[in-house]
Amino acid sequence: MDLFEDTPSPPQGNQPEYTVSELSGAVKRVIEGEFGLVRVRGEVGRVSRPASGHLYFDLKDDRSVIAAISWKGQVARMQVRPEEGMEVVATGRMTTFPGQSKYQLIVEDVAPAGAGALMAMLEKRRAALAAEGLFDADRKKAIPFLPGVIGVVTSPSGAVIRDILHRLRDRFPRHVLIWPVAVQGQACAPEVAAAIRGFNAIEPGGAVPRPDLIIVARGGGSLEDLWGFNEEIVVRAAAASRIPLISAVGHETDTTLIDFAADRRAPTPTAAAEMAVPVRLELLAAVDGFGARAVRAAVSGVGLRGQRLRDLARALPRPEALVQGAAQRMDLWSGRLGAGLGMAAARKRQVYEARAGLVRPELLLGLVAHRRRDLAERAAKVAVLAERAVERKGARLDALAGRLRPSLARIVGDAARDVRKGRERLDALAERLEAVPAVRFAQARQRMEALDRTRMTLGYAETLKRGFAVVRGDGAVVTSRAGAEKAAVLEIEFTDGRLALGGRPRARKAGEGPEQGSLF
Amino acid sequence: MTAKAVSEMSFEEAMAALEQVVNQLERGEVALEESIALYERGAALKKHCADKLKAAEAKVEVIRAQEGRAVGTTPAEGM
Repeated sequence: MDLFEDTPSPPQGNQPEYTVSELSGAVKRVIEGEFGLVRVRGEVGRVSRPASGHLYFDLKDDRSVIAAISWKGQVARMQVRPEEGMEVVATGRMTTFPGQSKYQLIVEDVAPAGAGALMAMLEKRRAALAAEGLFDADRKKAIPFLPGVIGVVTSPSGAVIRDILHRLRDRFPRHVLIWPVAVQGQACAPEVAAAIRGFNAIEPGGAVPRPDLIIVARGGGSLEDLWGFNEEIVVRAAAASRIPLISAVGHETDTTLIDFAADRRAPTPTAAAEMAVPVRLELLAAVDGFGARAVRAAVSGVGLRGQRLRDLARALPRPEALVQGAAQRMDLWSGRLGAGLGMAAARKRQVYEARAGLVRPELLLGLVAHRRRDLAERAAKVAVLAERAVERKGARLDALAGRLRPSLARIVGDAARDVRKGRERLDALAERLEAVPAVRFAQARQRMEALDRTRMTLGYAETLKRGFAVVRGDGAVVTSRAGAEKAAVLEIEFTDGRLALGGRPRARKAGEGPEQGSLF
Repeated sequence: MTAKAVSEMSFEEAMAALEQVVNQLERGEVALEESIALYERGAALKKHCADKLKAAEAKVEVIRAQEGRAVGTTPAEGM
């Protein structure tokens, strides 16, 4: 450029003039050239992933923010996906986006930075593997009581293997196979997983003995140092191991995912050795103890039986003693048997003979004569008695007959007298009976005559004799003048007859005698 | 109980069997002939256990691996 050239431009005129695009391009070149590959530590801010599949997020610290992008292909390769709040170390290159006057970081890989981020990721991985059932309790195998061969997956140099071997020798020296591996760094996880699978691949009876137990061990370290034991490949190898496996990674407070998949977790490598084998001397003592107890029990068992046998034998009576008493009793009774029979027979004979002596013909004859005499006496008595009885009955009959005749005469006499008396009385009564009517008639007649006299005196007929007459009009007695005047015919009766006056005389009634009229 | 031969037993099995035998003998409940057989079995079990314990030998080897397979061992030095 010519320094002295006079130009009509403004004082700043010697500054080159860029278009916007030229400037943006220049800035882009500078930034990309200066920050071709950077690692940035920061907290992940707002994260968005549109349908395009690219990932947009912010990286920030307490003062600044840088926009970050991961293209779709890069996101797919990421082991850790950035999440909001995560502390990460992002690896990428700086570039600009001229369209918005922005500069940004194209992130190719993200690694968690700091314990918080790692623990969160670890927990997420643990949950995923647990959901697969790799940590289930029923997958756990029992640790053998006394393994013959122990496989140890660890670094061949360092304190860990020495601690394990030392403790094994103390407790129970065993055959140990070391499978050397890197215990940190990128190689750690693949090598540990391969070692576990390698031990399981050993066939029994081959050149290399198959272990009865595997110990995976590593000393203490940071979370990042132990990270290989959290890798999925290691966890899966441990879970798939058919040989029982003890994990002993880090210190007691460190927990790695292989611990969940292992059959047992030891807090330290030394503790793993203690879990692996029992203490030999204790076992020897226990075996000797059992042996001694067996001897003692066997001896005392036999001794006790012997003693019991002797005791029982003492208590057992001699066979002779069992029958002696019976034999003696039999002798006694059998000795007395003959004598007893003789005695019984003699006693019976005595009784028989005493009675047999009495039985003779004279006795029988005497008895018969006696009976006969008795019979004759009784027959005579019977005859006399019968005779006497007849006599007595005859006399009584005579007496009764004698008394019978006078009685009859008296009875007849009495009867005749009764008849006579009856007749006399009948005659008297008949006489009186005959007299009674004559007297009665006389008396009645006298009375009748008296009465008739009275009648005569009292009757109107006598009155007529004394001059009175009876006047009748029309048949009826007229006692008044009026009566007489009314009557058509009057009839006057006199003592010697009737005289009709006036009219035609009335016919006299038949039967109307003077006796009747005179009475009433 | 006699299902497995003593020689085929693991140390742990033999130990458990021995303990059972001793307990049976001590209870004195078995018949005399049986107790003799039991004692003999106990003696065999004890010998088996003791042999296993005596066979304790410290031997440390490092695996030589090729493509993930153990192809041989090398005695470990200084361990």
